[in-house]
Amino acid sequence: MTTEAKPTIAFTPERLTLAKEIIARYPAGKQKSALLPLLHLLQEQEGWTSPEGMDMVASLLDIQPIEVFEVASFYTMYHLDPVGKHVIEYCRTGPCCLMGGEEVYAHLKQTLGIEAGQTTADGLFTVKEVECLAACGMGPVFQIREQYYTHLTNERVDEIIRDLSA
Amino acid sequence: MGKKILTEHINVAGIETFDVYRKQGGYTAVEKALKTMTPEGVVEEVKKAGVRGRGGAGFPMGMKWSFLAKPEGVPRYLVCNADESEPGTFKDHYLMKNIPHLLIEGMIISSFALGANTSFIYVRGELMYVIRILEKAIAEAKAAGFLGKNILGSGYDLELVVQPGGGAYICGEETALLESLEGKRGNPRNKPPFPAVKGLYQCPTVVNNVESIATTSWIVNNGGDAYAGIGIGRSTGTKLISASGHIKKPGVYEIELGVPVEEFIYSDEWCGGIRDGHHLKALVAGGSSVPILPAELSLKLANGDPRLMSYESLSEGGFQTGTMLGSGGFIVFDETACIVRNTWNFSRFYHHESCGQCSPCREGTGWMEKVLHRIEHGHGSMHDIDLLVDVAKKIEGNTICPLGDAAAWPVASAIRHFRDEFEWHITNPFEATQPGAVYQGHMALV
Repeated sequence: MTTEAKPTIAFTPERLTLAKEIIARYPAGKQKSALLPLLHLLQEQEGWTSPEGMDMVASLLDIQPIEVFEVASFYTMYHLDPVGKHVIEYCRTGPCCLMGGEEVYAHLKQTLGIEAGQTTADGLFTVKEVECLAACGMGPVFQIREQYYTHLTNERVDEIIRDLSA
Repeated sequence: MGKKILTEHINVAGIETFDVYRKQGGYTAVEKALKTMTPEGVVEEVKKAGVRGRGGAGFPMGMKWSFLAKPEGVPRYLVCNADESEPGTFKDHYLMKNIPHLLIEGMIISSFALGANTSFIYVRGELMYVIRILEKAIAEAKAAGFLGKNILGSGYDLELVVQPGGGAYICGEETALLESLEGKRGNPRNKPPFPAVKGLYQCPTVVNNVESIATTSWIVNNGGDAYAGIGIGRSTGTKLISASGHIKKPGVYEIELGVPVEEFIYSDEWCGGIRDGHHLKALVAGGSSVPILPAELSLKLANGDPRLMSYESLSEGGFQTGTMLGSGGFIVFDETACIVRNTWNFSRFYHHESCGQCSPCREGTGWMEKVLHRIEHGHGSMHDIDLLVDVAKKIEGNTICPLGDAAAWPVASAIRHFRDEFEWHITNPFEATQPGAVYQGHMALV
């Protein structure tokens, strides 16, 4: 077995500046408050919260790497494994299901040929099941990064997949 | 048309910008409070208004404010709970996205009243696009001199920080939210000490919901008595209701508290009635946590009087025949909805969202989901129904935070009012597991 040098990850200069601004928002000694925002920043850059990225966040905040991991693993938004280019997070909670969510999500997974939690072979799509996205009056709903897609139907899903595959 | 306090200007083009909001009379309440009132005076008006916590608990906001400890030389914090995650609830999302300055203005007034110089708005991370809207609004307000040092020459300083969550329903519980804001896992804290004494960074802290804070501009401008004159009895003011499910017009509606439930569902001003050709079967009036009611008890009290959209009327009859206003997450079910499937769905939610700290909740929510799953999928036994009631009872009241109760109530109430539907699933497993099959038995539709 060969020992490989551990890959290191750094924020881009713009993100590093932003990270420092975020850290400065909190009282002295309370920089750990910046952990959730910084994990979002890491995921925005890397697509997921990789172990190397979390180590980098730990050193920026002067906390132990395990403190980062225990937080990242508590919250559902952080991807602890690599994901596809587009992560489709669909709401599986009651009100969306009342509006036909189950059928639409089945269609979505069938179209992509994957189950929730999986990524397509071409690395383009990951599908995740999430709980209520606070858009119940517009269900069924899914989210891709910051964008909400509402009033979903099978046709609308086909259209979105087509657009994102182009 | 009912009184509009929060949404009067929400459809004005450009209302998300400082200039348009200002032209509609925005930030006059900040001027009035900072130039002509004392912090105590603002607290007094909010107390007089009788506004109750709009996040779901319904605790009087002014009273919560008056509990805030004020030790010398220790910072105090205001934290806005914008972690809206209760299934069926999307009003804060709507308000922040469309009229962000209403929340910013309320934050300035409330922070001034409480003597906080740094305040936080904790927004669920999924709403990152709303966080960007709020940050833009804060920058505009700051550029106009309504935030920062020496606001309007009053000597009062305030910085506002928008904090994203990471995806966890439990962080809507105020002590879990504070843990999360400190960069930790969202495990609720034991109380006491209450946040009013030891909150964020162990300093005195008030946590209020978005909608509650947003009322303060109107209260400062018009007075607490005027606010208390709206609504009915101790349910003062207006409430945002997030209406979803099988209605013609889902959406967020601002109602004066006291509107009859029947009118709210069937009037064209609000939900517009049940979708064509269908009938009301059940109602969850205040978010997934509150007891579900069958059609007849949704519209009328046990004595036959109309049920009203108010804290008191919705809880009339206790859990035997009543429910709660909660967060105003109003989910309407018609006869195509399967109560067992929906109850299983909600149980899965609470199991997923339990933080795992207290065994009754961690284990109990898992058991309820499992048992409901097997009933829904045709493998239940009659004993399972009583088992569910038993598990729900053992969770309720035995946990650090109210998530346990919130998980127990939907299950207990579904069995209380729709027991025959559960029994039908058990005695007719083949029929009940056909796609789209719904019990057509003794339910009374309206």
